[in-house]
Amino acid sequence: MNGSSVSSGTTADGTAVGGAAVGGAAAGGAANRGVVLVRTGGVSLKLNARAVLVGAACAVAALVVSVFAIGGGDYPLSFGEVVRAVFGHGDASTDFIVNQLRLPRAATALAVGAALGLAGALFQSLARNPLGSPDLLGFTQGSTMGVLVAIVLLGGSSLALAAGAVIGGVLTGVLIVLLVGRNGAHGQRLVLVGVGIAAILTGVNGYLLTKAQITEAARAVLWLTGSLDGRDWKQAAPLLVMLALAGAITVSCGRAMRTLEMGDEAARALGVPVDRVRGLLLAVAVLLAALAAAAAGPVSFVALTAPQPARRLTRASGPNALPSACLGAAMLAAADLAGQRLVPGHQLPVGVVTGLLGGGYLIWLLSTERKAGRL
Amino acid sequence: MTPAKTGASITAKTGASTPAKATDAAAGTHAESAAPRLAASGLTLAYDRRVIAEGLDVAIPDASFTVVVGPNACGKSTLLRALARVLRPTAGTVTLDGEKIASWPARKLARTLGLLPQSSVAPEGITVADLVARGRYPHQGLLRQWSREDERVVAESMEATGVAALASRGVDELSGGQRQRVWIAMALAQQTSLLLLDEPTTFLDIAHQIEVLDLCARLHAEGRTVVAVLHDLNQAARYATHLVAMRDGRIVAEGPPAEVVTADRVAEVFGLRCRVIDDPESGTPLVVPAAPAAGSGSSGSPGNVVKVTQV
Repeated sequence: MNGSSVSSGTTADGTAVGGAAVGGAAAGGAANRGVVLVRTGGVSLKLNARAVLVGAACAVAALVVSVFAIGGGDYPLSFGEVVRAVFGHGDASTDFIVNQLRLPRAATALAVGAALGLAGALFQSLARNPLGSPDLLGFTQGSTMGVLVAIVLLGGSSLALAAGAVIGGVLTGVLIVLLVGRNGAHGQRLVLVGVGIAAILTGVNGYLLTKAQITEAARAVLWLTGSLDGRDWKQAAPLLVMLALAGAITVSCGRAMRTLEMGDEAARALGVPVDRVRGLLLAVAVLLAALAAAAAGPVSFVALTAPQPARRLTRASGPNALPSACLGAAMLAAADLAGQRLVPGHQLPVGVVTGLLGGGYLIWLLSTERKAGRL
Repeated sequence: MTPAKTGASITAKTGASTPAKATDAAAGTHAESAAPRLAASGLTLAYDRRVIAEGLDVAIPDASFTVVVGPNACGKSTLLRALARVLRPTAGTVTLDGEKIASWPARKLARTLGLLPQSSVAPEGITVADLVARGRYPHQGLLRQWSREDERVVAESMEATGVAALASRGVDELSGGQRQRVWIAMALAQQTSLLLLDEPTTFLDIAHQIEVLDLCARLHAEGRTVVAVLHDLNQAARYATHLVAMRDGRIVAEGPPAEVVTADRVAEVFGLRCRVIDDPESGTPLVVPAAPAAGSGSSGSPGNVVKVTQV
């Protein structure tokens, strides 16, 4: 039906999206509404135009907010100055301030936000529940325990803290998968087991804090709030690598993941290798959450919050993983900017800002889900 | 047309099935047709350690509309799930086209055998057309996401199930009967020559039940092998060409409805006293449960009913 609008000129080089047919309401029936179709030779790609737009808009917003954040501080810089410096055309002092001092922090904020947004979308899709997020399922608490062990028992360096966060998060993931069991790694059961683990770990973490020396405890509490202060490329780099990997896996498993949302049996009947896909995506989500915690501490609620507005904006069913990642990046960049500017002369850690916003969101979610009869 | 083609090509590819067919035909073990495409032998089925059925042998006659009936928790849905490889049997094997179903690649299996499970969840906010399009999964890939063929098959599947007019509607806004037809359309879009349906009429009112069953009968008439689990014995007897009656994880009887559905058999399988008369519409067996006081002398009025219906 769309054939007339597909340019055959694209056959020569299949990447030419210029030849894509935008299936309007009239072109290809309801299945193709708002869909960008690329068909050349044996290749056919289908993109949700609205989802692409939402993702791009969020990404642009995240970058703009980051430029403003970089421009602020004791040496204010204009928007143009920051952009020029980032692209290597600034003078020596702005180059130093932007690229050495402020850009690493902004990049960490974007990477942590994107990782949490993506992890949240994956968890919520796998759990088939909007409450699936690393903060509620115990992964964040697991990372926290790893860090507390590193600080309190080992008196660790910042590298040890990061390692503790990753190891703690991954071990929690393994524990939860073992408890949930092979046939139940989804839905209600994952949420219930996760909430239970989160409660236990919170108790253990409290105990570890009471065992700490006062200076160690102060350091631990600072980490626990979630902060981007003094972050440099060492924190951002592992996360950026993981994000690239996770993005590629998410794209290649996207269709299988959407099928999984219809239930295990339906997915199996359609030929999805259910256990393999779910195991892979769960591992990706756990690693994203753990590396995000290693980079910025347990920044709460971004993973929980980002996927739902992303879904409402794209109006698409499915996990909306990439729009959610872009929205998460924008949210965290904005929260960090707000934390720096909101109270004059005083910086709020980013975790405090997301906590305040996220708590409000959770109450709103619970009340709307209840009205809709889903909780 | 398409299913027949698929079937032929698969049988041609799996050379092993042809000799098996010949020997079985010679032995004449099966009354319907020799070496059916889908069969199971010595199946033990269990959830965790709870055994549901043991030593099940069943063969689905090719091109039949096979219906599995039995009381609640007799293992009929479990059997269907094992036949579709959604449940792995503890012992025994299911074979499809002469090969163990466990060794079939997942996507190839999904292009040959479709299952409509009881427990499917429509993703929030999905439209009818999008849901039906998901049936194309086993035919698609990372670089083949929405071919002209996909588009055509999805449109045909919606046409065939009468949901084409609903294409842009949200699945959540539909009535139960419409929604079930959408799910069947999704299974159709898989283009399989075997279609397994797990209680497709549950939770539907009587008119929608008949609507769905008529649709199944039509899909069967077009050449597919249809296997369904049904609750209603009378509907099973009317629509099935082959009936499998189960109780307590065993197959009690198997064959054409006219042979399987007898008053004694119904008593044995369901523990229900009844009489079996001819369905005045279709001539198939119709089970009429005995009235509570039937044992004492209420021969008058039921007798009249029989007379009326036999006219």
